[in-house]
Amino acid sequence: MTKNINVPMNEKEKEELTAGDYVYLTGTIYTARDAAHKRMQEALEKGEKLPIDIVNQIIYYMGPSPAREGKVIGSAGPTTAGRMDKYTPGLLDMGLGGMIGKGKRTQAVMDAIVKNGSVYFAAVGGAGALLSKSIVKSEVVAYDDLGTEAIRKLEVENFPVIVVADSKGNCLYK
Amino acid sequence: MREINVNEITNSVSSMCIEVNHVLSNDMCLALDNACNSEKSELGKQILNQLKENLIIAKEEMIPICQDTGMAVVFLEIGQDVHFVGGNLEDAVNEGIRKGYTEGYLRKSVVDDPIIRNNTKDNTPAVIHYSVVPGDKVKITISPKGFGSENMSKVYMLKPADGIEGVKNAILSAVKDAGPNACPPMVIGVGIGGTFEKCALMAKHALTRKTGEHSDIPYVKELEEEMLDKINALGIGPAGLGGSVTAMAINIETYPTHIAGLPVAVNICCHVNRHIERVI
Repeated sequence: MTKNINVPMNEKEKEELTAGDYVYLTGTIYTARDAAHKRMQEALEKGEKLPIDIVNQIIYYMGPSPAREGKVIGSAGPTTAGRMDKYTPGLLDMGLGGMIGKGKRTQAVMDAIVKNGSVYFAAVGGAGALLSKSIVKSEVVAYDDLGTEAIRKLEVENFPVIVVADSKGNCLYK
Repeated sequence: MREINVNEITNSVSSMCIEVNHVLSNDMCLALDNACNSEKSELGKQILNQLKENLIIAKEEMIPICQDTGMAVVFLEIGQDVHFVGGNLEDAVNEGIRKGYTEGYLRKSVVDDPIIRNNTKDNTPAVIHYSVVPGDKVKITISPKGFGSENMSKVYMLKPADGIEGVKNAILSAVKDAGPNACPPMVIGVGIGGTFEKCALMAKHALTRKTGEHSDIPYVKELEEEMLDKINALGIGPAGLGGSVTAMAINIETYPTHIAGLPVAVNICCHVNRHIERVI
């Protein structure tokens, strides 16, 4: 089923998403990948607050190439989600709304998605030029020193994703 | 003896890095067209069409095809009658990488140490493989390698008794494990024989072969064709979401090996199998 959804989503919208749905996202999402996740984890272990409020938000596992002059962002496709699996169940338990990436997740992540009513989307890997056209604004909001791995706040319009894992425990990857 | 100033190497490497990350080679574009024509799944076809559209946008608007513009792997075939002047060759290659990745708005994805992990901020150093060949020319081949697929690559130290069936199982098992993580439809480089490191290097080099060309060795060519069919029968499909095209090519290189061994390396590459050559 093809759907147009505003992000962040409400609980009902998340519940209605089913593995295999083709979804166009419009609204705000955040980027974070390996180094940002490691740093967030370290912050939590020290009892510090995260640099962004992740509750109900969507994290896009992505590190863009640099923007040319006058452009919002460079190439901006998903990276392999599995490398974040070590950190993900904890973030989902804290209220993270969903994730965009590509590739398989561990059972622990799949269980945490069901338990927290979350969702895992895939964007098409290796289509970074095309996907960049759906990003209308990009701003570094934390960990600027990490370069491409900094946390960015993105405004997206009709950003194309596919529901891989839904809150009912369905998974599109066989 | 022919003298070549290393500045020429720097300038070539720089412009090649920019070109290879924005414009996919004709052989790979053709392979993607063929994949699109033969894919049976509707969703798979839709994804392959997006990948074709992505290539057009990348080329026309100079946005890298993929944000992971890779760690630069450079093969240098140096004629033995060449004398380099004007500086150190390795520094010249890395200067070309630095220049290309900075001026070309390419992502800097290299960290200075595997454990300490500070980004070098210019994508250096490259991984450089040198070979000395007859003649007075220098052939430069650059393959920026993304790590989504690199991470799914494997080396198997099989026993001679495992034979060709063992090799087939090793290849299929690596591709199955890679699944959606490696951004299928993939291109698969395989090295069979040699030593632990030799088979890995052959697998990497096999990825630079023009997609659609086969090995000159009859049984290897047959193996390539058989394994491509077997891989596509796995049903992983474009983006790992199911379909009849899981790989666009499998390229195999072989080398003599030890009486006690049968090393096999499987280097997996995504659909953005970037490679570019230039002869100076």
